[in-house]
Amino acid sequence: MSEARSNQHLLSVENLRVEFPTRRGTLVAVDRISFHIDEGEVLGVVGESGAGKSLTGAAIIGLLEPPGRVAEGNIVFDGERIDDIGYEKMRRLRGNQIAMIFQDPLTSLNPLFTVGRQLTETIRTHVSIDERKARVRAIELLNEVGIPAADRRVDQYPHEFSGGMRQRVVIALALAVNPRLIIADEPTTALDVSIQAQIITLLKRLCREHGTSVMLITHDMGVIAETADRVAVMYAGRIVEIGPVGDVIKRASHPYTRGLMNSIPVIRQDIEQLVQIDGSMPRLTDIPPGCAFNPRCPKVFETCRTERPELVDVGATKAACWLYDYARRPGAGSTT
Amino acid sequence: MSASDVLVRLSSLGKDFDVSPPFLNRLLEREDRVLLKAVDSLSIDIPKGKTFSLVGESGCGKSTVAKLVVGLYRPSRGSIVYDGIDMPTLKTQADVEPFRKRMQMIFQDPYASLNPRWRVSDIIAEPIRAHRQITGKRAIDQRVAELLVQVGLASADGVKFPHEFSGGQRQRISIARALAGQPEFLVCDEPTSALDVSIQAQILNLMTRLQRQFALTYLFISHDLAVVYHISDFVGVMYLGRLVEWADKRTLFQRPWHPYTRMLLDAIPDLELSGRQRSPVAGEVPNPIHPPSGCHFHPRCPHANERCRNEVPNLVRKDTSEVACHALLENRLPEVTVTGEPADVGSGG
Repeated sequence: MSEARSNQHLLSVENLRVEFPTRRGTLVAVDRISFHIDEGEVLGVVGESGAGKSLTGAAIIGLLEPPGRVAEGNIVFDGERIDDIGYEKMRRLRGNQIAMIFQDPLTSLNPLFTVGRQLTETIRTHVSIDERKARVRAIELLNEVGIPAADRRVDQYPHEFSGGMRQRVVIALALAVNPRLIIADEPTTALDVSIQAQIITLLKRLCREHGTSVMLITHDMGVIAETADRVAVMYAGRIVEIGPVGDVIKRASHPYTRGLMNSIPVIRQDIEQLVQIDGSMPRLTDIPPGCAFNPRCPKVFETCRTERPELVDVGATKAACWLYDYARRPGAGSTT
Repeated sequence: MSASDVLVRLSSLGKDFDVSPPFLNRLLEREDRVLLKAVDSLSIDIPKGKTFSLVGESGCGKSTVAKLVVGLYRPSRGSIVYDGIDMPTLKTQADVEPFRKRMQMIFQDPYASLNPRWRVSDIIAEPIRAHRQITGKRAIDQRVAELLVQVGLASADGVKFPHEFSGGQRQRISIARALAGQPEFLVCDEPTSALDVSIQAQILNLMTRLQRQFALTYLFISHDLAVVYHISDFVGVMYLGRLVEWADKRTLFQRPWHPYTRMLLDAIPDLELSGRQRSPVAGEVPNPIHPPSGCHFHPRCPHANERCRNEVPNLVRKDTSEVACHALLENRLPEVTVTGEPADVGSGG
């Protein structure tokens, strides 16, 4: 996969498997997933809680909490493997090449230091410039993320900022050294809708201007629809569908994606009952054999209960579903 | 709406919280008491058998209203008339109790609202025992089993503890507990916000079904406009403690008047992929301890003028909506019919 530089992906993840060894056996939280992100692209990763989306992000940036570990597969960033490079090298990559934005802006900022100090520290860790220049750059960054009176607010502490403003500071921190990839883990979930709209608009604008790629992890399909170019839908640690955002949202192929889309209430659409997927996502301790979605799937058939489907091309998207393996589905040969 | 249709009437309801510094500080530093007006002269009518929703961003006072209505807070001003009786004027426990039975509350967090040390059957049976509706162990057990089935759990689940259930199942237990006292009025404070979308759909469907089955009246508190549209008959929009607009849901979502309502509707991420360019309103919700003068929304409002900065607008009827906005009265508001509705939906309202 690493030949010509021109058609190489910025990030490619192959067969990634994240495990948690426990006393009662090994839990597989991310189960052999593969995807890639191109230069300047926004990949949305969507799924319900426990689907493994945040762990995928943490695995890429090397922040898996022990005992969690990458058990299999490889992560290639800009042509080089980064899943086995060791702590020091990873530390230099983090912030410099890959940055992360977390859900809760209050816990990702240090309450004891001014915003300016946190910014200059980040800048000076990766770029060798003096304190004064770093401060100028910090104010520039705060301006860029839309914080009014940045030259005054640079000396304030995180608690003096509101939730939306804090998230702007976190974005400024992530952008401090012009990373090539930002992993944003639920960046708008803790915010009110009006603030959420501001932050989405800001993220979109900055990434376009800087040509930054984004892996946007969220459970909110609306945010994905507004922001992402492509979207990966995760369920029980696996990618069940991946493709261009329009195709996944409007013409979902996998029964889970379809059910998920239909269960979202839509304004100005009058229906008595929402379409619901019965049951809930299995716990990691008892993921069913075969397709993990099979106990809840309305279209389940025998193969689904025994063999795990791989991603196959379905129109513009890829879906992991036996329905699209025409040799295996029941009534093979017919076109229903 | 005639008086007989109204189950709950809130008039000029207000709730202040004292957020003053401690007494000694006030004395030494000569500071005044500081009052936070969490709810400020709110008046709504909740009709029988319908769902009235309150929406707004965090800190707008919607949860305070919920707690006032069920009597968890005592109002500072105004009245809560429940089926003809002004609740806050009732003094003795004996007077209040018959009304308590008729209303129940469902909370947001199904992890915090169920006692982890109680079995599910005891949790659900508590209101039955407290109100002495059924006596005898066997009769109670039977009722609990019936309730569990009604909310989509198995009758055998009663012997389990809350930690054995997922978030959605716990919310079902909360609903079963709320239904146990056979109430007619349920106050639901963000009942689905802690749940994943596919589970949220299950709970919303369950609530709709139960409403029809038992002719329940809901006061539904949420920040999610799509959920509110789905479940409500009437919707009120709150901003910093005040009701800024209310109408039946179709009118509110198709012809919103108040600039804040319009801003909220515009801020919803678009699943239709129309590529619509949004212009998010600048600014954030101000600190409710020192709210802006006049209309609370004026610092963020594109239509604000001198009057908006000085004078508090009152709710005024406009067609089928009630709106608190000076700009509307002075005909300074452009008419907006919200675009982006699915093509197959008629004009409705």
